[in-house]
Amino acid sequence: MRWSLPTVAVSPDLKPNVWDLALIPVIFAFLALLAYGGAQMTTPYDVGEPLPLTLDPTHLPYYLMRSALRMAAALAASLAFTLVFAVLAAKVPALEKVLIPILDILQSIPILGFLSITVAGFISLFPGNLLGVECAAIFAIFTSQAWNMAFSLYSSLKTVPNDLIEASNVFHLSAWQRFWRLELPWGVPGLVWNMMISVSGGWFFVVASEAISVAGQTIMLPGVGSYIALAIAAEDLTAIGWAILAVLGGIVLYDQLFFRPLVAWTAKFKADSMQGEQQPESWLLTMLQRGRLFRALAKLPAALWGAFTIMLRRREASGDSHRAGGARLALPSWAGRVWDAVLIAGAMLGVVQVALFVHSAVGLPEVGQVLLYGLATSTRVVVLIALASLVWVPIGVWIGQRPVVAQNVQWIAQFLAAFPANLMFPVAVVLIVRFDLNVNVWTSPLMILGTQWYILFNVIGGASAIPQDMKDAAGNLGLTGWMKWRRFILPAIFPSYVTGAFNAAGGSWNAAIVAELVSWGDTKLEATGLGAYIAKATIDGDFPRIALGIAVMCLFVMAFNRFLWRPLYMLAAERLRLD
Amino acid sequence: MSDPVSVALLDLRGVRKTFRTPERQERTVLEGVDFRLEEGEIVALLGKSGSGKSTLLRIMAGLISANGGDVLYRGRKVGGPAKGIAMVFQSFALFPWLTVQENVELGLEAAGVARAEREQRAGDVIDLIGLGGYEGAYPKELSGGMRQRVGFARALVMRPDVLLLDEPFSALDVLTSETLREDLIDLWEERKIPTKGILLVSHNIEEAVSIADRVLVFSSDPGRVRAEIRVGLPRPRDPESPAFRQIVDEVYTLMTANVRGGVGGAQDQLTLGYRLPDTTPGKLEGLLETLAEPPFNGRADLPQLAEETELEDDILFHLFEGLRVLGLARIAAGDIFITAAGRAFIDADDSTRKELFAETLLRNIPLAAHIRRVLDERRDHRAPEDRFLQELQDYLTDGEAERVLETAITWGRYAEIFDYDYNSGVLMLPEDVVEEMEAEDGRAED
Repeated sequence: MRWSLPTVAVSPDLKPNVWDLALIPVIFAFLALLAYGGAQMTTPYDVGEPLPLTLDPTHLPYYLMRSALRMAAALAASLAFTLVFAVLAAKVPALEKVLIPILDILQSIPILGFLSITVAGFISLFPGNLLGVECAAIFAIFTSQAWNMAFSLYSSLKTVPNDLIEASNVFHLSAWQRFWRLELPWGVPGLVWNMMISVSGGWFFVVASEAISVAGQTIMLPGVGSYIALAIAAEDLTAIGWAILAVLGGIVLYDQLFFRPLVAWTAKFKADSMQGEQQPESWLLTMLQRGRLFRALAKLPAALWGAFTIMLRRREASGDSHRAGGARLALPSWAGRVWDAVLIAGAMLGVVQVALFVHSAVGLPEVGQVLLYGLATSTRVVVLIALASLVWVPIGVWIGQRPVVAQNVQWIAQFLAAFPANLMFPVAVVLIVRFDLNVNVWTSPLMILGTQWYILFNVIGGASAIPQDMKDAAGNLGLTGWMKWRRFILPAIFPSYVTGAFNAAGGSWNAAIVAELVSWGDTKLEATGLGAYIAKATIDGDFPRIALGIAVMCLFVMAFNRFLWRPLYMLAAERLRLD
Repeated sequence: MSDPVSVALLDLRGVRKTFRTPERQERTVLEGVDFRLEEGEIVALLGKSGSGKSTLLRIMAGLISANGGDVLYRGRKVGGPAKGIAMVFQSFALFPWLTVQENVELGLEAAGVARAEREQRAGDVIDLIGLGGYEGAYPKELSGGMRQRVGFARALVMRPDVLLLDEPFSALDVLTSETLREDLIDLWEERKIPTKGILLVSHNIEEAVSIADRVLVFSSDPGRVRAEIRVGLPRPRDPESPAFRQIVDEVYTLMTANVRGGVGGAQDQLTLGYRLPDTTPGKLEGLLETLAEPPFNGRADLPQLAEETELEDDILFHLFEGLRVLGLARIAAGDIFITAAGRAFIDADDSTRKELFAETLLRNIPLAAHIRRVLDERRDHRAPEDRFLQELQDYLTDGEAERVLETAITWGRYAEIFDYDYNSGVLMLPEDVVEEMEAEDGRAED
């Protein structure tokens, strides 16, 4: 076979058209911003040196860009992690046994507690450079984004239809080709959906992770989060208003410039589309695909990639392997058992290590105290989820029954879920102080401020997915009033409700760390709970107490998952699924 | 109500229903529908999909309200879900979280019937309909046929006056649906159920003729009752008997008659917004070949052709319409004939077939001709699909406009009169056509 360069038709394809003209400035502006922001992230820096920050709103666009870049970097890291993790877990059973439970635990760890533990390590990684602190912030955002993405791809890889696997074996695709041609495309729609959820949740952590406490002092990275921290310290409500506007702008930009195109593009990976289903659309993707110059430019990387794959294929073919591409790499059974023993020993060693570390500073009575704090916080979570459900379930059902309203409100609800609720905390503090309210009661709603929307938009989704025939049947049978709710509507929306409530509860645990200890200038409001305990220990740089707090919170979250949410999920999947 | 003899079970007069699309256009689904269901009769309502039959059924049940006209049940206006009218659904519409027993009891529970009586009545109906032993099962454990039995039991336990059946057999396989149909007829004939009248919506002609005392043919755009045929045959009916076949034939003739112009003319003036039949060139070709070959040799009785091809009536009607508008076949008096153009198409080889198809497409389908003209005139020979979609939306609802354009694209691609890029949603001239045109331009410049 002869090597031939990919031919790119120069005429008439390279003549720019209207779409290109509109796009070129947009793209160049974007690249310039990227370069500038990147340079700012790697400036020299020593711990202790204050970074210049101002409350002047004209600086906000710059701060927003820094925050958005952190988000982008975290998303890229999450994607890389997802690819590696999901493939390893799906293909190597020995690793699957470790990785999946680890992921399960990581998912329930309160991310905000993490931050102060990791930041020291990152700073020593890049001494004398701001990059270390940046990395710590990015890592915090990463930990809020990566887990669900990895889970999504992993389960997609495990559910590739057998027909398609057999087809790829028949055509002798190599493991590499099979991954890019079959497995990854199969997982793309789910992955993109989870990326959206991740970024939506990520704004909260962007805001929370920019003002980092380390070794008893606070480093404030330029960004929207630090701007807010500064505004809180200065008791400047106007500045808070500006910050809220800036974040709203950031969310809209991410949606329009990144996710809309991505979602519209992934439509082609869906195995089947329902007739009459609304096809997602994006103006940016339309411009990119219709612009001539960009179509031509896109051919270059595609051609290089193609050549690379073929080269790789040759190398593999010369290494004469008869193994069907990408079979699972199983261990012999005795090795499996040894592996199990190693894992169990390692886990026990870890537990002992943590216990010793915590015990070095904390006595047993305090452990009991922290467990009580955990009970206080879980009471708050349970009560709040129940209250939010009472409010949002009827409203969500009402909206879901009206398709036109649902379309608009759905978007607003998702937007509100993305909006970092911690921006609203100062307002709450002002109100509590002004009206002299009970701190233990009135700081609690803050925990659910940002997470209640998960309940709303899942219920709306569930209610609008009820088949029309089923509604007609209920009407024809004369179901009305409470009986209609009990026998028909509540069971019908239950699976979506459980998803929403589970997400809301998970988010609320995390939010407790910032919601139970809030401040406004010199005023500090502290509620009794596990969140406040972790937050205080973080401010003091007291690592054993942080570790204890996180471990206890993990324990509570995992217990809730195991004894409440999982049974509910099973019930929903087995009994209540509409199909 | 002065004359009790003339009070029908259901009486619809001049019923009209319009829907508002999200773009605030009004679309009339039903217009001037007159209909009576008398005591003791089974009526079947036949029509193409999307003709508004199911909407009409829901208006009768009081689930949705009409925009105009009167809907009377036993002489009283229907406002809201009517007691005494029960419905069975194509999708079964069972509640998956309730057992068979609970599903059947649900309507009684809503009516406030005491528990003991509820259980008694539900148990009786479950036995009657042949579900005994499955009381505790969940719907998902049952086969499709058994699920629809639950659907019937749920309706019958209410002891309904009127039973409305919305294509209840079409989600089932042939064997299952026949058994269920026969069981229902037996219950009706032997008066084991108190139901006084049944209305069946269907798109299967044989099914309608085998059940109903009267068959009504429903037309679309907007939907109304176009014709009525009385089936005066005693039950059980033999589908092979000449009398049965003749009625089926008659219904086919009525269903394929062109409403707008005369019967079978290919050249009636179509507009840009003509609703292209939902079918593919491959299927059209296949049907034409069947028609040309023995035993039909160019002329077929419609019911026989239906039997031979084993296609559903709904699909078949779209195919007939497609062959007709393309001038490849003609339909008259319940028969379909191959035309000279159709014969030429069949006799040609593959590439000539494409040329012939392209020719007839450009001549007979205004939308295809329009797309090609626009692409010819544009300098880059490309145009986004939205442009045509917007034009179609002047005539059709959004969903229908998309479907019609999609069909036009499929046909146009087969004929190689234009090409389409899915990713960018752009229509364009095929590359070889563009090259040819450029070569010609080049010669002209020399």
